[in-house]
Amino acid sequence: MEPTTITLPEHTLEVVSDAGEGAQKCGQIFGTVCARMGNGIWTVEIIPAEIQPPPRTLGSASGNRIRVGTQPVTNWGDATNLVVAFNEQVLLARHRLDALAPDAVILIENMWASHPDETVRQAWETAMAELGTRSYRVIGVPMEEQCLSVTDEPRLGKNMFVLGMLIHLYSRDLDLARQLVVHQFRKKSQEVRDTNVALLELGHRWAGENLAFRLEVPASKPERAMVVMNGNQALALGAVAAGMELCAMYPITPATSVSHYLGAIFEKFGGVVHQAEDEIAACGVAIGASYAGKVAFTVTSGPGLALKTEFIGLAGMTEIPLVVMDVQRGGPSTGLPTKVEQSDLLAAVFGQPGDTPKIVLAPATIEECFHSPTTARRLAEAFRCPVIILSDANLATGQQPFPRPTLDVRWQAPPIDLGPAPEGVRPYEWDPASGLSHRFLPGQPGGMHTVTGLSHDEASKVAHTPDVHQRGSAMRSRKLAVFQQMLAPPSVYGPPSGDLLIVGWGSTKGAIEEAVDRARREGLAASSLHLRFLSPLEPGLSEIFGRFGKVITVEINYSDEPDDPFITEENRRRGQLCWLLRAQTLVDVDCWTRVPGEPLRPGRILQAIRASVGQRNGEKTR
Amino acid sequence: MTGSLLFTTMEEDREFDLEDYTGAVARWCPGCGDHAVLTAVQRLLESEQLAPEQTMFVSGIGCASRFPHYLHTYGFHGIHGRALPVATGIKLHRPDLRVFVVMGDGDCCSIGAAHWIHAIRYNVDMVALMLDNQVYGLTKNQTSPTSPKGYPSNTQPQGAYLPPLNPLSVTLGVTNASFVAQTADWVPAHLFATLQAAYRHRGFSFVRVLQRCPQYTVEIFQQAVRDPSKVELLVHPNGIVVPELDQLYQRKTPHDPSDLDTARRLADDEGAFRLGLFYRNPTLPRYEETRRPTTIAADQRVALLNAELDRYAL
Ligand SMILES: Cc1ncc(C[n+]2csc(CCOP(=O)(O)OP(=O)(O)O)c2C)c(N)n1
Repeated sequence: MEPTTITLPEHTLEVVSDAGEGAQKCGQIFGTVCARMGNGIWTVEIIPAEIQPPPRTLGSASGNRIRVGTQPVTNWGDATNLVVAFNEQVLLARHRLDALAPDAVILIENMWASHPDETVRQAWETAMAELGTRSYRVIGVPMEEQCLSVTDEPRLGKNMFVLGMLIHLYSRDLDLARQLVVHQFRKKSQEVRDTNVALLELGHRWAGENLAFRLEVPASKPERAMVVMNGNQALALGAVAAGMELCAMYPITPATSVSHYLGAIFEKFGGVVHQAEDEIAACGVAIGASYAGKVAFTVTSGPGLALKTEFIGLAGMTEIPLVVMDVQRGGPSTGLPTKVEQSDLLAAVFGQPGDTPKIVLAPATIEECFHSPTTARRLAEAFRCPVIILSDANLATGQQPFPRPTLDVRWQAPPIDLGPAPEGVRPYEWDPASGLSHRFLPGQPGGMHTVTGLSHDEASKVAHTPDVHQRGSAMRSRKLAVFQQMLAPPSVYGPPSGDLLIVGWGSTKGAIEEAVDRARREGLAASSLHLRFLSPLEPGLSEIFGRFGKVITVEINYSDEPDDPFITEENRRRGQLCWLLRAQTLVDVDCWTRVPGEPLRPGRILQAIRASVGQRNGEKTR
Repeated sequence: MTGSLLFTTMEEDREFDLEDYTGAVARWCPGCGDHAVLTAVQRLLESEQLAPEQTMFVSGIGCASRFPHYLHTYGFHGIHGRALPVATGIKLHRPDLRVFVVMGDGDCCSIGAAHWIHAIRYNVDMVALMLDNQVYGLTKNQTSPTSPKGYPSNTQPQGAYLPPLNPLSVTLGVTNASFVAQTADWVPAHLFATLQAAYRHRGFSFVRVLQRCPQYTVEIFQQAVRDPSKVELLVHPNGIVVPELDQLYQRKTPHDPSDLDTARRLADDEGAFRLGLFYRNPTLPRYEETRRPTTIAADQRVALLNAELDRYAL
């Protein structure tokens, strides 16, 4: 029987297993096959909170979720259309998280149904009953039984069997998959490679003989050379592209892998990853190195950003270039260490006691992650101030193809020459037209002075007089105004005017724009705008906002719902960008924010758009 | 591409005197031990003929941390407790610079304690001076980790509740400790000789300077200042050798500074003001050398990065 092939513009699938069973690897290779064949993809890691959670529990779900499309995919999408689960508990976990579409296809290891242990059988029954409340289409797969024909350790081999199954199911190139599997196990013995290839082929064959359908998401070979990586790989490689020489850090999820990627290659480039004793020290080392003329950065997540607060203030006060990468996670406190949130915006912009003008920028895509260190470095050196890059857990672990960057050797240029200090120039001889002054480096003859975090005059002398502090503050602030004037107004996605403008920042761009597209297809007059610079804010916002009936921010951080108990217009705590925009533009900007510990789904944003436009239309007719 | 290579010829022609190192007029209280340390440091810079631009003083916050302002070298007056990470960063890029770190006891042993412990282990080549007046001076008389038990301060007017932390024992207990000495502001010859030994040591030289605070802790040191018999010198040909002190200080303990066990025992015993070199080991690895990167030309970095991008290519 020839299976029917269903052609789709896009599909979202996930592979979930107990931690350690290799669903992540399986999903990654599947994603790579799709990307290589020319599909758009967005992959998200499903990560358990513990390293070795007990197997067959709700907390042990580990895997990979891949959204595949004919067109480039800009975000993780809505619900999963097809799940491969290694046991019913991890499946149940995903179900309870509302991860699956109501009509999702489920392919599940069915050995548990007839397991010798009665408690296991019972757990299976209970779970299946709960899953039965939805109209999922469940297909049992004898994974272990099949794998036993190839290996004595089926638990470790199932992932390759499943990969083969998916390759068949999605009409993918088996040869390419074979190559990638061989590459995956290149450091293992020939025997291991052979076994895994055999498992792959077995899964492929099994699917051909047993599944009555096939799916096809047509690929289109892109004209340009492409690369595929996650946001932390992009930050790490981007740091090298930016000419960075020192990464000072202290491990913290989800930022750490930047230093892992970098640690593996940086020495080749003459770079150093310095793992400091804590985040404070990491920031201090970066500042010390930068002061001495090295191109240095520090990378962290929210709790670490909090610890770096005082040092960032020092970099601002002493005007030492400093690049800080913050890969945001859920907060406050330890919060949601592996999950996405956009809650560090206000801390980044205003975190320091006292006024610390600084540049805060947020890449919106993985490609922008790659370029953000170069931008940040140039700005930090040009304006001699702290520059914070706000990425997040969604970008950090999401994988997406993008055009291969063209590198520029000028990005590698050393920051400044070490010639003697210019005669007669004082260390903070601020030019009132720009707020800039000459950068001195230790070692330069004729430039000896002491930089200080105390209020200081143009000669870097400690001074507590009112006019000196006023002037120093003004000069440090002026740099930001000058920079802001160099920026172009952001472009609006969609028509330049309408009923509703969604404003976003960071990793939500793809989901917001997809939601806006869908809203417009429904006839709603919605557009969106995505900010890259949060400090200073990009110019022209009030004017743009004025062209829309309503402006709301969509963000992954907490805000009170207007109809929550006790909430009034006056006491309502709003989304973080919303605060900024209201303060800066005096426009009555509203917000729709959520903190689900996962990226926003375009479908949910669409609902918010409908509600928002509906509300407004209601107001109009009233 | 570090500076020293570019300017060696200039250095050779120059001769520096004390004036060359003099910065702003020191604003410590009259009678403060910090003045004596400043004088000894200036003498050291002169006797070692350090080029002012190649010399770097890094400090935290406190009275002691005002130090860099009073010298005409490069200075970095940072934040409370965090001088050591900044100095480490500087050294990672510019190992050629001569780096001195000046900290108070609160700076080093309290708020900056983590950095202190780890700086010992990194063993970056620098001189770390801990000016220990056993009290928080700048913030006006609060208890320090090194305040003697019972010392009445503004935060513990009934007297310090805890026995003091012993900075020498702590330092000697950390893996990779490579130079540990103690000296006192009121014995200038010993102070100078100790600074010189610390400077000449290649590694992290930790020097605790017993430092009088004329406002708050005069009494603590007064006995020893008045009565040399309260002071015990550690003596050894490889230690701090100050012949002119032989007469004045009769109490002497021979101690070979390569003997770590004895150093620890002597440090633990707080029965005397013990001045001298407790331990020195010049063979320990220095972090800035272990982590010294090779210089890679810009175009080569681009070529390497392109090769790296190939691994992510579709
Ligand atoms: C983060 C921070 N906490 C507290 C202070 C206040 N403060 C400044 S100096 C100091 C202690 C000074 O004592 P010490 O380090 O022993 O130096 P001394 O003034 O005695 O030389 C304190 C608590 C500060 N500046 N920064």
